[in-house]
Amino acid sequence: MFARILIANRGEIACRVIDTARRMGVSTVAVHSEADAGARHVAMADAAVAIGGPAPKDSYLRGDAIIAAALSTGAEAIHPGYGFLSENPDFVEAVEAAGLVFIGPSAAAIRAMGLKDAAKRLMAEAGVPVVPGYHGDNQDPEHLAGAADAIGYPVLIKAVAGGGGKGMRRVDRPADFPAALDSARGEAATAFGNDAVLIEKYVEKPRHIEVQVFGDGTRAVHLFERDCSLQRRHQKVIEEAPAPGMTPEMRAAMGQAAVRAAEAIGYKGAGTVEFIVDASDGLRPDRFWFMEMNTRLQVEHPVTEAITGVDLVEWQLRVASGEALPLAQDALRITGHAFEARLYAEDVPAGFLPATGTLAHLAFPPGVRADTGVRTGDTISPWYDPMIAKVIVHGPTRAVALARLSRALEQTQVAGSVTNLAFLGALARHPGFAAGDVDTGLIARDLDRLAAPATVPSWADALALLAVSGSTGGAAGGALAGFALWSHLERAAVLRRGEEVVTGRITCLGRDAARVKLDETSLDATLRADGWRIEGQGACPVLVAGGQVHVFAPSGTISYALVDPLAREAAAGAGAGITLSPMPGLVKAVFVAPGQAVAAGDRLAVLEAMKMEHTLTAARDGVVAEVLAAPGTQVEAGAALIRLADEEAAA
Amino acid sequence: MQLKSSFLAGSEAARANRTAHLAMLDTVAEAAAQAAAGGGEAARTRHVARGKMAPRDRVANLLDPGAPFLEIGATAAHGMYDGAAPCAGVIAGVGRVMGQEVMVVCNDATVKGGTYYPMTVKKHLRAQEIAAECALPCVYLVDSGGANLPNQDEVFPDRDHFGRIFYNQARMSAAGIPQIAVVMGSCTAGGAYVPAMSDVTIIVKEQGTIFLAGPPLVRAATGEVVSAEDLGGGDVHTRLSGVADYLAEDDAHALALARRAVGNLNRARPATVQWQTPEDPAYDPDEILSVVPADLRTPYDIREVIARVVDGSRFDEFKARFGETLVTGFAHVMGCPVGIVANNGVLFSEAAVKGAHFVELCSQRGIPLVFLQNITGFMVGRKYENEGIARHGAKMVTAVATTNVPKITMLVGGSFGAGNYGMAGRAYSPRFLWTWPNSRISVMGGEQAAGVLATVKRDGIERAGGTWSAEDEAEFKRPTIEMFDRQSHPLYASARLWDDGIVDPRKTRAVLALSLSASLNAPIEPTRFGVFRM
Repeated sequence: MFARILIANRGEIACRVIDTARRMGVSTVAVHSEADAGARHVAMADAAVAIGGPAPKDSYLRGDAIIAAALSTGAEAIHPGYGFLSENPDFVEAVEAAGLVFIGPSAAAIRAMGLKDAAKRLMAEAGVPVVPGYHGDNQDPEHLAGAADAIGYPVLIKAVAGGGGKGMRRVDRPADFPAALDSARGEAATAFGNDAVLIEKYVEKPRHIEVQVFGDGTRAVHLFERDCSLQRRHQKVIEEAPAPGMTPEMRAAMGQAAVRAAEAIGYKGAGTVEFIVDASDGLRPDRFWFMEMNTRLQVEHPVTEAITGVDLVEWQLRVASGEALPLAQDALRITGHAFEARLYAEDVPAGFLPATGTLAHLAFPPGVRADTGVRTGDTISPWYDPMIAKVIVHGPTRAVALARLSRALEQTQVAGSVTNLAFLGALARHPGFAAGDVDTGLIARDLDRLAAPATVPSWADALALLAVSGSTGGAAGGALAGFALWSHLERAAVLRRGEEVVTGRITCLGRDAARVKLDETSLDATLRADGWRIEGQGACPVLVAGGQVHVFAPSGTISYALVDPLAREAAAGAGAGITLSPMPGLVKAVFVAPGQAVAAGDRLAVLEAMKMEHTLTAARDGVVAEVLAAPGTQVEAGAALIRLADEEAAA
Repeated sequence: MQLKSSFLAGSEAARANRTAHLAMLDTVAEAAAQAAAGGGEAARTRHVARGKMAPRDRVANLLDPGAPFLEIGATAAHGMYDGAAPCAGVIAGVGRVMGQEVMVVCNDATVKGGTYYPMTVKKHLRAQEIAAECALPCVYLVDSGGANLPNQDEVFPDRDHFGRIFYNQARMSAAGIPQIAVVMGSCTAGGAYVPAMSDVTIIVKEQGTIFLAGPPLVRAATGEVVSAEDLGGGDVHTRLSGVADYLAEDDAHALALARRAVGNLNRARPATVQWQTPEDPAYDPDEILSVVPADLRTPYDIREVIARVVDGSRFDEFKARFGETLVTGFAHVMGCPVGIVANNGVLFSEAAVKGAHFVELCSQRGIPLVFLQNITGFMVGRKYENEGIARHGAKMVTAVATTNVPKITMLVGGSFGAGNYGMAGRAYSPRFLWTWPNSRISVMGGEQAAGVLATVKRDGIERAGGTWSAEDEAEFKRPTIEMFDRQSHPLYASARLWDDGIVDPRKTRAVLALSLSASLNAPIEPTRFGVFRM
């Protein structure tokens, strides 16, 4: 076994690899960009090396810097994680040339699978079923359009070097083909530096089922399938293992096909063979086709680990260090069912826009596997994938596992960024999904309902208002909270939830009792050890941090902004529109002209008086209406120098 | 030592006591609710429609959320001025702002425009007196038309009238007790001096006004036509005149500014007493209603009350075997050490001397005094006069009058005659004086007073050779008895601010704790007693 390895990655996967390495007694070296100097994976590793700027091309994609870091820290092997350099054969060769071990397949195996059209040809030759399509080298648009016509619409345009849905377009009509081709190529060029595409038959009720394989360079085993059909625009959202509705025959057929694929290229290490399955008529052994092989550890590998009890990273390290495959095929078994949900910083109602932010709070319920690369206080930066965590649950049956997923998502607490938590929760409760009736179009069909912002219950508003209206009593105050001789005082409290202003009236009735009035409703609140309970409702964690209140409701985090009455600028009334000379003096300079827009605090003019230069600034935002004094003019105290247009007029 | 209660919870008497106390509490609660409603729903709606917060909401939003509010004069002016001035048109009390105890005085503009009735003035001055004695920063939430003109003879000219408010502000400011005004409405004529005399003044834009004479008076005097805002609005006073220091957008903003101003006062409590960790009484304070007889004439052991007020029901009784009608001893109330002086019957010479001794002890040690007053007076009769009960009583009165430790008085029963003096009645300037709904206060009992008058009358009739029938005498005595009954009632007393308010007996402990806490904002000065007549 290696004494020390370097992880050429960041985020949750780096942390996850370090976890296993540490358990195996293997020392770890992290690499990091400038943006990640304080990241969790850096803190977890035994050593860390800075390798460049925040942009991936300046750090995590710099193979030379990473190899140098491994050499300088005495690492014997490099684990690439997923993404970045994990499927870059040149990097593999460079690692090996430096006398280090690459924990993964050979450069040749990666190359064989890297170009999708060539991979399909290879697979067809090896007897693995492939989807009808065009995988040729002729990239002439008209030729491609002709190929699409031959395959029959709808078709899928995919980047040859692609993955993760980038450079992929569905085309329903020949008329849309040229535009779709252009945009797919543009995206492919940006993402992969290679704009070559392939055309495939688009499968109507497709399911995405993939098989985890593991090879030792000659022989391979499979660790059963994963179903990744819950996708949004080809981005996996919730994965599970095994696939719902899977039959032993189909599983055997797919497993054998996957093993054939791996053995055909002499695969070593963990890999995934992706199949597209036509589920329009249930799962049938003759209705699956090879899509591609991912020559790395997949994001969703934990569901396989959960049902097989195998630590795939441990296997990677053992096989890479020269050990034989730890288990033979007939020793591998499926136990129960597992789900993984990908928690992202993204704004679901705004169309799943990636979000950023500093996590004011991050907590997962006990008994749940949460693979994460961030902690409370860490920042989701715009430089990298905005994934916060993977929430993984396991249960004896699919129904139990799904219920656990639902519960785990309800109890996951994230504050500081918008997330897709509510969306994941809605998916976990989706009746079709619960019935196992999944296909890759499920999310798109029900998107409106799944992505709808959850209605905010009045008790959540009450909790938030109470959180900012707690007792601040001192020695006698705590015990005497809410004391009144006869009439309790009712305090107004205001918060902002998104665009909405939440106003409540709070009466503190004692140390552990309060009444919250929201419009016409009056809610009784009782304080228990686990927090406020509104009208008997179960307690729900609340956090006040960074000018915000977060209510971790089962439907997701509801965040409120504190309203600070002091933040309100008391406009200086009518006088603010006119800048007056504060004392007698000489106008040295005027920086604005009529019609010019100015912001509060902008420099308007300079007045020289009493041997000093006084800068006159705008008292408010506005548009300059008149300049009343030219430079060089001597003015009296109180003389009007510059007039801003009336706010009504300006608007 | 922990007191042992001999109270029988299920007894007939206990149930009767409780029922009677609850009925008395209902009467007071109703009066307090009337006072809290201010000028009524219509006036309140008009007030709020102008964008103003209701007066009690202003107080609530000034204070720390959930912090206790010790209101004073909660039923002031009750039954006076034909009910025209609920709560005397001003809310006052000790609250907490940014953790600092302050005296809040808030005009209620829904009550006759917040104008000052005689009781308004008295309540405002009483609030200032408490603030001055306890060194509590004052926050005035001003919204008042000034003196109530029909009552000008009772609010303007005398020493303890309107002008005294500003005198107090100046004296307190001089003593380092911060004065903060928030002008949230009118501040006319003399009222203009509240903000002008304050250390820091906040004014609400297009709502607060400060001027010596309002637009109508200006027009009458000089013919000048000017709007209230241009004459003395927030913009004018923060930009041109400098009468106010901060311009607020609205009430909420103004109150936030006031909170910030208090937060910047840089005040620390002086070191006074050794606080302990508070501990609940071993006996439930709720039982006070069942323990204490509803009828003042029924004797009971005051230790039953003490056991339901002090920490852990622990009471270090001092001189328990001497002068037994006065119970004295050391205890803690929510962690604050106190010396308790409580009546357990009529005062005899020994009891008076013991009381003087105990007050001296507490003064020596800087321990605040709590008086639980239930006193029909000093013992009368030849034996007692001859042994010099007046001399002994004077010792106790001298000690109580001249001690400098904070005194808190709670009228838990009768307060009659000279007993009131020895037990720190209003004239003896306790920091706070509270009453229970069952208490009664008068120079003597109504029966006794009527009896004295009847005796004088009978003597006159009989000297003239006439006769006076028992029926005639009863008829003669009735109005006096009725007058005493009416005037000795706590609502009558509290309406006139003879005390700081009526307290639910179950809240005695909390009220004492808050009174003590407020009092200990001021250092305890050493005591120099007067001459004790030996």
